[in-house]
Amino acid sequence: MGILMHANHAPSPEMAYAKSEIRNLKSEIIAEGPLVRWFLIGTALVFLGLFLFVPLVAVFAQAMEKGLGAYFASFRDPNALAAIRLTLLTAAIVVPCSTLFGVAAAWSIGKFNFVGKTLLVALIDLPFSVSPVISGLAFVLLFGRYGWLGPWLEKCGIEIIFAVPGIILVTLFVTFPFVARELIPLMQAQGSEEEEAACSLGASGWQTFRRVTLPNIKWGLLYGVILCNARAMGEFGAVSVVSGHIRGQTNTMPLHIEILYNDYNSVAAFAVASLLAMLALVTLAVKSLLERRVLRRLARAGQSRPTGG
Amino acid sequence: MRIQLKERSILPGFGLTMGLTLSYLSLIVLIPLAGLFIRSAAMSWGSFWATVTDPRVMASYRLSFGASLVGATTNALFGLSVAWVLVRYSFPGKRIVDAMVDLPFALPTAVSGIALTAIYAPNGWIGQGLGRLGIQVAYTRLGVIVALTFIGLPFVVRTLQPALEDLDPELEEAAASLGANRFQTFRRVILPAIFPALLTGFAMALARALGEYGSVVFIAGNMPMKTEITPLLIVTKLEQYDYAEATAIAVVMLLASFVLLLAINLWQWKSQRRG
Repeated sequence: MGILMHANHAPSPEMAYAKSEIRNLKSEIIAEGPLVRWFLIGTALVFLGLFLFVPLVAVFAQAMEKGLGAYFASFRDPNALAAIRLTLLTAAIVVPCSTLFGVAAAWSIGKFNFVGKTLLVALIDLPFSVSPVISGLAFVLLFGRYGWLGPWLEKCGIEIIFAVPGIILVTLFVTFPFVARELIPLMQAQGSEEEEAACSLGASGWQTFRRVTLPNIKWGLLYGVILCNARAMGEFGAVSVVSGHIRGQTNTMPLHIEILYNDYNSVAAFAVASLLAMLALVTLAVKSLLERRVLRRLARAGQSRPTGG
Repeated sequence: MRIQLKERSILPGFGLTMGLTLSYLSLIVLIPLAGLFIRSAAMSWGSFWATVTDPRVMASYRLSFGASLVGATTNALFGLSVAWVLVRYSFPGKRIVDAMVDLPFALPTAVSGIALTAIYAPNGWIGQGLGRLGIQVAYTRLGVIVALTFIGLPFVVRTLQPALEDLDPELEEAAASLGANRFQTFRRVILPAIFPALLTGFAMALARALGEYGSVVFIAGNMPMKTEITPLLIVTKLEQYDYAEATAIAVVMLLASFVLLLAINLWQWKSQRRG
């Protein structure tokens, strides 16, 4: 007990050795036997293998079923190319918008105190709890031919539903919270002391943001952008409702996959799917690389503040 | 005494960022969702109720809710073992396995939909083996459950991992020193401690599964009254320009999701207060 009472002070070498000895003893007392351990690992790996690895491998296996020639031929189809272009265009518009919004929201929520902050955060999380089909429905009700703005839009000749703008709007809805959710806790944990110091030294708002805040949040920002991009390129349900499925015009990659699959063109369907699967793998790799950095930043932010929380 | 809506701060940019946040939020999220509720309020209560209690709609609610429950429970059980194994043990390839748990998050739902169908179809890798045992997965309710389990997998694991990491080993040592074997320690010390996180993860998996569309429509078979999930029914009604009915069904789903969301937040708030 005497050794443990001094645990919070910088330990001398003798104490460090004693502590590690105690730790080894402890881990023997509270560990499962090796049989139980390997059984549990086995069960977990079988479960994951069945539900995760097998589907992933299946995508590539099915795409290559008729050989590499057929695989690459799938990408020469003009409809497939149009779908890829539309997906890239959507992501190119949606990701910067969501990022801008996320940064603005995180700045106002993380650096200031005001009434209704919790409500605002809950509202930002709203798209996560709404089924993608319902979000598509909401936009059809607003902009569709029989919707609120439908007649007015028809008069002005503006097409939103069953055209590209509708796809972009609905993708904005579903990717809305991603960057904000990453940045808000990060900015809150980091507090406003550094920015206040910069301001008191004469920096303008932009200078403060660019040179003090941005370096602190860069990993969280990248993390959120990656997730936002994955969702923007992969969204299916919401886009399916508003797109009208016009081949060559309003089909994104996921929708094109559906068309190919329903046409029994399974090699082409899985070939396009394999592109998205590769994107998912890259997303996962970047995510796991960044996760540790973001956690480290959060931890450092929590420790460095002189007053708690 | 003046009511203070916002604390004074020397940092600039509140007005700009708040304005941007609120207008973007309203335009993209709040107004469309409000439109949904207003549209359904335009329906008479009688026709609303008739739509929502129609046998086909009720069958889809039963399937969506039932299959989501089974999927979330499966995830709760196996997700616990996965989280335990990832936090407590080390084995070759652990880092890759840990990263892969997020695959259902990152993989587009259409891709997982066709992949799962290809595997569990009667001529698929796993479907063949199960077919010999007389079990059909694709185009049945079992297929829906498989897809919904896939989609909810990360939620339980990712909620449990921090909870398991935060466990104080002293509690387990105390139990061991009082004579408990590992199983007793697990059942009576560890499980109660991580139960809030388990429940939260379960509820999040459930909420996600309820609204899931892309991964399910390929494997489900989509027969009305049998394998038709509620989101698909909404899409079908939309394609028939039955806006009113689609809205009514959607509002019920939204309310269920909101109730679930509220429950999740309450649990999280309670468990944070205790811990």
